[in-house]
Amino acid sequence: MTNVPVEGIAIPDIAHPEPQNNWRKYFSFSTDHKVIGIQYLVTSFVFFLIGGLLSMVIRAELITPQADLIDRTLYNSMFTMHGTIMIFLWIFPSLVGLANYLVPLMIGARDMAFPRLNAAAFWMVPIFGILLMTSYFLPAGTAQAGWWSYPPVSTQNPTDSIITGEFVWILAVAISGVSSIMGAVNFVTTIVRMRAPGMTFFRMPAYVWTVFSAQIIQLAALPALTAGAIMLLFDAAAGTAFFNPDKGGNPVLFQHFFWFYSHPAVYVMVLPIFGVFSEIFPVYSRKPLFGYKVVAVSSLLITTVSVLVWVHHMYASNTPGWMRMLFMATTMLVAVPTGIKVFAWVATIWKGKLRLDTPMLFCLGALIMFVFAGITGVMLASVPIDIHVNNTYFVVGHFHYIVYGTITMGMFAAIYHWFPKMTGRMYYEGLGKLHFALAFIGVNLNFFPMHPLGLQGMLRRVSSYEPEYAFWNVVASIGAFLLGMSTIPFILNMVGAWVQGKPAPDNPWRAIGLEWLVSSPPPVENFEELPIVVSGPYGYGKSDPLVENAAALKEG
Amino acid sequence: MNLKTIAGIGVYIAILVATSIWVGQQAYGWLPPQASAESMLIDDLFSLFSAIGAFILLGITGLVLYTVFTQSVSRFDTSDGPHMEGNVKLEIFWTAVPLLLVFFLAAYSYQTYQQMAVRGPMDLVHLHHMPGTTPTAYAADLEPEPVEEVEVYAKQWAWSFRYPSAGVVSADLHLPVNKRVRLRMTADEVIHGFYVPAFRLKQDIMPKRTTEFEFTPVREGTYRLNDSQFSGTYFAIMTANVVVESPDSYRQWLASAAAQPAVPAENPAYSEYTNKRLKRFGGWKTIAPAPPPLVNALAEG
Repeated sequence: MTNVPVEGIAIPDIAHPEPQNNWRKYFSFSTDHKVIGIQYLVTSFVFFLIGGLLSMVIRAELITPQADLIDRTLYNSMFTMHGTIMIFLWIFPSLVGLANYLVPLMIGARDMAFPRLNAAAFWMVPIFGILLMTSYFLPAGTAQAGWWSYPPVSTQNPTDSIITGEFVWILAVAISGVSSIMGAVNFVTTIVRMRAPGMTFFRMPAYVWTVFSAQIIQLAALPALTAGAIMLLFDAAAGTAFFNPDKGGNPVLFQHFFWFYSHPAVYVMVLPIFGVFSEIFPVYSRKPLFGYKVVAVSSLLITTVSVLVWVHHMYASNTPGWMRMLFMATTMLVAVPTGIKVFAWVATIWKGKLRLDTPMLFCLGALIMFVFAGITGVMLASVPIDIHVNNTYFVVGHFHYIVYGTITMGMFAAIYHWFPKMTGRMYYEGLGKLHFALAFIGVNLNFFPMHPLGLQGMLRRVSSYEPEYAFWNVVASIGAFLLGMSTIPFILNMVGAWVQGKPAPDNPWRAIGLEWLVSSPPPVENFEELPIVVSGPYGYGKSDPLVENAAALKEG
Repeated sequence: MNLKTIAGIGVYIAILVATSIWVGQQAYGWLPPQASAESMLIDDLFSLFSAIGAFILLGITGLVLYTVFTQSVSRFDTSDGPHMEGNVKLEIFWTAVPLLLVFFLAAYSYQTYQQMAVRGPMDLVHLHHMPGTTPTAYAADLEPEPVEEVEVYAKQWAWSFRYPSAGVVSADLHLPVNKRVRLRMTADEVIHGFYVPAFRLKQDIMPKRTTEFEFTPVREGTYRLNDSQFSGTYFAIMTANVVVESPDSYRQWLASAAAQPAVPAENPAYSEYTNKRLKRFGGWKTIAPAPPPLVNALAEG
């Protein structure tokens, strides 16, 4: 018996069904990593808009001290769903989408290691997203215990039905976890096994390093959250007592399960954005990434430290003093590898030839806001300060400087930067700059006031507050509405440019990287012939070739 | 490096240092009044962090803005910048400095925490068997023992405070000034948090468990106690007053409260729950508030 195909018999290409070459391909079960990447990005952006509208309602309620716009139950569901949607349906899927699109191109692979698993992981996202949204129609409404879902509040049930908003919430989070694990297996395998000839680890772009580091965290820590969620589901629906103090359970145990994943999750979210900065600063400064190897390895250091910091969310919980001290030290240690990166980016633009196009503006703005968030982060790591400000708006402000000021702004930078590659069209620079200006002012107006509010003692998750907090709340709400409006030029830009933008050249930014060697948009199989890589990823200011066979890479 | 560059860097750092020291002084003004001994320690620490933070933030922002304003080129300039791949000495420097800074800040925070001696949940258990623990902050100025003991009860959604020595239950927390207080805190159904911003102190209260907590109020006045851990629908209005007063008026208050019969406390959560007019959008079924606690002393003001 041999496996040699007999001539004349057509063998259906099962592994890679050819996607249709029109808009319909984005609604099909495609296994092309580029199609899946864009599916992730567009789906997550839709949920970003939904989560953003919820935050507009929250900020409208908080514009006056009284709870006078919506009922308290609806308010509680609003902040719960805002947090859940933004984390599980915007940040995670959009980052996975970007990585899906870029990683195989950047390492010279034809696709991800497991294309079908990849598609299956994507399709779980709209499924659990819609599932989560349907909980608004349940008799007791949607989940109202915050995105932490701490028991016993989360297991309290005022109705007779088992199917509550909380039940649906836990189910959605568990499905999201499964989807993320499938993605993580795929990314780690792809990066380890599918690199093009000559693409050694220290020739990989820094972005690939960050995706690699982030996905290792997913593999190591995510099972804890999934386990915790399933135990919580049993407590809520089947009357078990893992976390129920009435029957001898311990609610603090859930906090450990939850934060063992959910703190490292912040690094899963922010690491790829560090990667985006490391890609974009060199291109728009015309200089190599300063200290590339140290920047690359510092991502792995963050991965290592990330699983040793979770208790800093629980200083005020039943945490003994020695544990508080231990986790204070490990938490502050994260400042070292992130500091290395910040200094490297500043050194990268130093003496560079800066071009202030939209992606560069977003990166510069995000860098400054990240430094600010890092400083408040070290304050929060310090136990005495944290005892005062934890669970106040100070934390909310710090967190939003990371998730909007850094991650979402970085995401926009990435979308603008790779938009010509993804669509074969140029975006409109003017609209992009308008988007940046509105977003940068909006972010700071919205989230800076939260710091003085928190220092004064205003708690998070409140639907009404003392009149003395009114001034900064009004400022924050105005900033929030401005931030909401800032997405309008973005949508106009993306839709308009995709439909009728100027055709983009293969490498409009004169960037160095394998993805820029193929046509825009790239052909289905990425590379006609696999690239043979002969040098590092940031050869700006030098005329060394990146690959040996540049001419042969393109199809047709 | 020529003399001009060195002078420029010197001036830049001098401006940064001056501004940071100023920010560190301003930081005290961002916080509520200092009403406990612990708050003074925390504010000093926060001021230090703010000053160092300002130095780093302004330093980096300054470098970025300087680069943006001096190094931008037109879109038609297609030349490359210098090919600088790295600098080992510089990289060791900017790894070592944050590392040392982090160790310093962690050690300083640790020292402050020791001085606060708030004695969180588990510590107190161990301390009974451990002589010679760290002395409390400002201990010299204060009466050492006995401490004032108060029992704190949190339920959905009301606070009540019991004074075991006088047999009094109150809707407000009354405390004598300059005397160390030990709270024994319990919660009924869910986790609540004891948080008085003016004291800078916060401690979660676990259901079906007693959490002990110690601190020292040092400034007379009325402050607000909040629930700091999300506790369900009426979380936002689960507040109470903390009245810090002179030992004389504290004793008078205890005596007059002991003479009062126990009556149900006023409870904003309960009145909101029963008021149908407040159900606007949503109006989903909620957990019913527990009955108001029976108190000898009703809330003031």
